[in-house]
Amino acid sequence: MTPSLDDMYREIILDHYRSPRGKKPLPHADITTHGQNPSCGDEISLDVEMDHGVVKDVHVNCHGCAISVASGSMLAETVKGRSFDEVRRIAEIVRKMLKGEEVQIPDDLGDIDALKGVRQFPVRIKCALLAWVTLIEGMKNYEDGKHEITNTTITTEDDHETK
Amino acid sequence: MDIERIKADFPILEERVNSHRLIYLDNAATTQKPRAVINALIDYYRKMNSNIHRGLHTLAERSTEAFEESRAHVARFIGDVPTEEVIFTKGTTEALNLIAYSWGEQNIKAGDEIVITEMEHHANFVPWVMLAKRKNAIIKKIPITVCGHLDLSDIDTIITSKTKLVAFPHVSNVLGTINPVQQIAAKAKSVGATVVVDGAQAAPHMTIRPAEYGIDFYSFSAHKMLGPTGVGVLWGRRSVLQAMPPFNFGGEMIREVSFDRVTFNELPWKFEAGTPNIADVIAFDAALTYLESLGMEEIRTHEIMLTKYAIDRLTSLKGIEIQGPQESATRGGAVSFTDPSIHPHDISTFLDSRGIAIRAGHHCAQPLMRTLGKVATARASFYIYNTEADIDALYDALVEMRKYFGV
Repeated sequence: MTPSLDDMYREIILDHYRSPRGKKPLPHADITTHGQNPSCGDEISLDVEMDHGVVKDVHVNCHGCAISVASGSMLAETVKGRSFDEVRRIAEIVRKMLKGEEVQIPDDLGDIDALKGVRQFPVRIKCALLAWVTLIEGMKNYEDGKHEITNTTITTEDDHETK
Repeated sequence: MDIERIKADFPILEERVNSHRLIYLDNAATTQKPRAVINALIDYYRKMNSNIHRGLHTLAERSTEAFEESRAHVARFIGDVPTEEVIFTKGTTEALNLIAYSWGEQNIKAGDEIVITEMEHHANFVPWVMLAKRKNAIIKKIPITVCGHLDLSDIDTIITSKTKLVAFPHVSNVLGTINPVQQIAAKAKSVGATVVVDGAQAAPHMTIRPAEYGIDFYSFSAHKMLGPTGVGVLWGRRSVLQAMPPFNFGGEMIREVSFDRVTFNELPWKFEAGTPNIADVIAFDAALTYLESLGMEEIRTHEIMLTKYAIDRLTSLKGIEIQGPQESATRGGAVSFTDPSIHPHDISTFLDSRGIAIRAGHHCAQPLMRTLGKVATARASFYIYNTEADIDALYDALVEMRKYFGV
């Protein structure tokens, strides 16, 4: 079957690409994490401010394609006010959805459902996952009590579980 | 050249991609294969499949003869060099690694300087960086100008008496720049340095004469010049190759083995350990015959015409930025470009939906990308079966893409 370009570049995706959310820099970030996709050179930086175990705010700075920018923008919209466990649960939903696995998408996940079309383009799945994998790595570092900046390189293996 | 007749020789060009006629503009990555090459592969497996150099039966004789004929053909193709100077590898990358390990281990010492360029493909960059690390040697770079040429203005301070090796591409896979091989080689030789040229993007497109350039090594890949994948050529000057230790051990590179003594075969087999890629080497012979039937000068002329047309058409689109030299006579046919508001990956996906294959990414040249201030570029690269109509289709699709993304 010919993959549908319109399914991937849905209007919601293009809107996030043109006007990415989470652009406001955070002066007091608790987590700073970088990610890159070596196959295309896309780069993302995430700053996260925490408040009593939940994400208070997030700043996303992505230099990449429409899919990686839109996915990062959706992440910024979605993770605020959530605990790490909830963020991991959402990241896992995103991964399963992109891999074409059966998954129930809760109503409170904003526009994330719009990323579904990316699964018709397997080479672009890594673009959609970049922000999520980067955030998970940054969270892991923070939980381990490490304060250095995390550098994540997304690989094909990152299609596996994000836990 | 009769392009329509050439096209008919390439069965894959009849393929439809996403309901469109395939327009293949990713030739710098790999080229398509003519029927003659595909048939040579089939013929090998149907008529002569056998290991070479060691069998004493008819099939072994056939395959050995065909394999060595392919080597002789390569030797003729690059300017009638001695066949013993032609070593088959599995690609340009392996050829360069062979030099780094064999020649490099023997000749590079702490404090020595290795000169490379800022426009290097990883295959002609990482082996030297790793060699320098192993040996505590120093890497120095020849920078590029804003126009994408090598900046040779400081060459006397870059290539010095400490320089032991100078490695550079004949043609850049990103910028398309054709480098002045003889000029750089002359400077390197004046300080006694060894010279390595990566010819992967040159050998398919122009007449090459490595033995006349004043260099020591030249490498290229069959699959970028109509041949099969998994075959590369390392040309090396006989005196240099003879002084080098083997790279891998086993198979035909051995002459005699006892428990306390091993002697090695002569050139070129000294560097061809194990069973080589016999079928593909033999089919490469057919690719060279095909290229010669067209003529390398004619191929180059066709490429200059297409490159000029592509640069003119693409730059007529407002905002499109083309990397590298703008004048087609001093560049090859790899045209890297960026659109100010659309990422190269999105460009590639959109064009693919219209049946147009290009490359998008960093093209295995990340240091160059950083110099250019880009994370990635889109790249259209041409070959003998491409026409101005293909470039028109690319142009039309880019116009359509801008409407689609609303920019």
